[in-house]
Amino acid sequence: MSYKIEIQSLSAWFGSKQVLQDITMKIKENLVTAIIGPSGCGKTTLIRCLNRMHELTPRAKVTGRVLLDGEDIYSENVDPVTVRRRIGMVFQKPNPFPMMSIYDNTAAGLKLNGVADKHRLDGIVEKSLRAAHLWDEVKLELGKSGASLSGGQQQRLCIARALAIEPEVILMDEPTSALDPTAAAKIEQLIRILAENYTVVIVTHNMQQAARVSDFTAFLYLGKLVEYGLTKDIFENPKSELTEKYITGEFG
Amino acid sequence: MRSYSFRKLEDRMMISLAYAALIIALIPLISILVETVGRGLSAISFSLLLEEIPPLGQPGGGIGPAIQGTLIVVALASIMGIPIGVFSGIYLAEFRQSRFASVARFLNDVLTNVPSIALGIFGWTLIVVVIGWSVIAGAIALAIMMIPIVTRTTEEAIKLVPITIREAAIALGVPQWKTTLTVVLSSTKKGIATGILLAVARISGETAPLLLTILGSRFWFSGFTQPTAALPLAIFNFSQSPFRTADLPRAWGASLILIFIVLAINIIVRYITREKYG
Repeated sequence: MSYKIEIQSLSAWFGSKQVLQDITMKIKENLVTAIIGPSGCGKTTLIRCLNRMHELTPRAKVTGRVLLDGEDIYSENVDPVTVRRRIGMVFQKPNPFPMMSIYDNTAAGLKLNGVADKHRLDGIVEKSLRAAHLWDEVKLELGKSGASLSGGQQQRLCIARALAIEPEVILMDEPTSALDPTAAAKIEQLIRILAENYTVVIVTHNMQQAARVSDFTAFLYLGKLVEYGLTKDIFENPKSELTEKYITGEFG
Repeated sequence: MRSYSFRKLEDRMMISLAYAALIIALIPLISILVETVGRGLSAISFSLLLEEIPPLGQPGGGIGPAIQGTLIVVALASIMGIPIGVFSGIYLAEFRQSRFASVARFLNDVLTNVPSIALGIFGWTLIVVVIGWSVIAGAIALAIMMIPIVTRTTEEAIKLVPITIREAAIALGVPQWKTTLTVVLSSTKKGIATGILLAVARISGETAPLLLTILGSRFWFSGFTQPTAALPLAIFNFSQSPFRTADLPRAWGASLILIFIVLAINIIVRYITREKYG
């Protein structure tokens, strides 16, 4: 199995504050990689560096390389917009477009990028909503506002929206932290299924979640990558004392 | 600790005070409306709406050209002022950190507070002296009044759009400019429309800049480079007339029509920009 993303000596700053220090790790294709660590350790910044969202924050800076299929997404001739079409993202709080229907939310990425063919859109909307396990719940009311759905449904709508542009990688920033346990469980199931076709990177502060959904786990502490390996090894047999303390709940 | 009944009394007193203040604030507003409708309605007739303006003191005639002139000048000013204002507002909101933006924002705020008569003199010196009293001169003066209002309200409205909405679009591979022009603008239509309305309402009633630019006229519109009539000027002239019985009702009628026009624009814009999922 090959590596989809290779992060090489990645450092990131907000103004003069360094939030990531020299991170190097390889992420395998079609598996789920979890990033865990206490609040403020740089988890979110790390995945926001993977689709070039970090640089949108004023005074943010990144150094190092991130290779997607061997090509550096930070190289000068790469347009961040095309990177973001290959690497989709799901955010911590469900953020459907409030003025759009369920249908339009799902099709938003395509429509805003100029796809107008109704027949093609219909097909992709259905396919994406099915892939996000939302189709059966909304198929009779696609014209309703995306904001009228429950939190869990909204998050699955956001997943469908990300899937509709047919990305290769899906980044998820604590996708269940705003949801109730039942809704969260549905998303977790979905993540496992998505990994059959996509490379998934998920940030979570919930260690049980990381253990349940991921194949590989990276433990970040104070902007440094402390340990990275098979999820099983990280949770059953951590090499670092710090990792062990964190997963046993001694701090965090 | 004070007794429950005392606290209840305090509560009632504060509420009564708030009600009293509200009623005091509403008195002038309502009396203006009642007075204008009461006196204006009886003056309104087909001939008032459709006929040319008579000389002061003469019977007959109407204020047709003033209605036409106001609509033309305000429309022309809006065509110039709204796009400039909206795009300036977008610039200020999108590049809020840049130094140019903060200078522009400051100048914009200054412009908001420039007395309208000063804008009239500006229009008079720069345009009227060159091409003469004209519709264009009036429209430019009013557009200059609109721009800062529209700019500021657009900026504020855009700033209220949650960053999460913007990020959602950007993460879908939508370029930033397109994100702003589609997702951001569509979720803030109402706010921007409110700004535009405020500006249109404000300029519709302006008299001072028009006195110095379009001059006023008794006749129908005769070209963009010619003087024209306008409702505020008609109201001003009729109310200053020595022939009170003939002209004062016309002033009230013109006032009522002006209020009606602003109200109609208000309702139309609110209808157009109503939210699907409000």
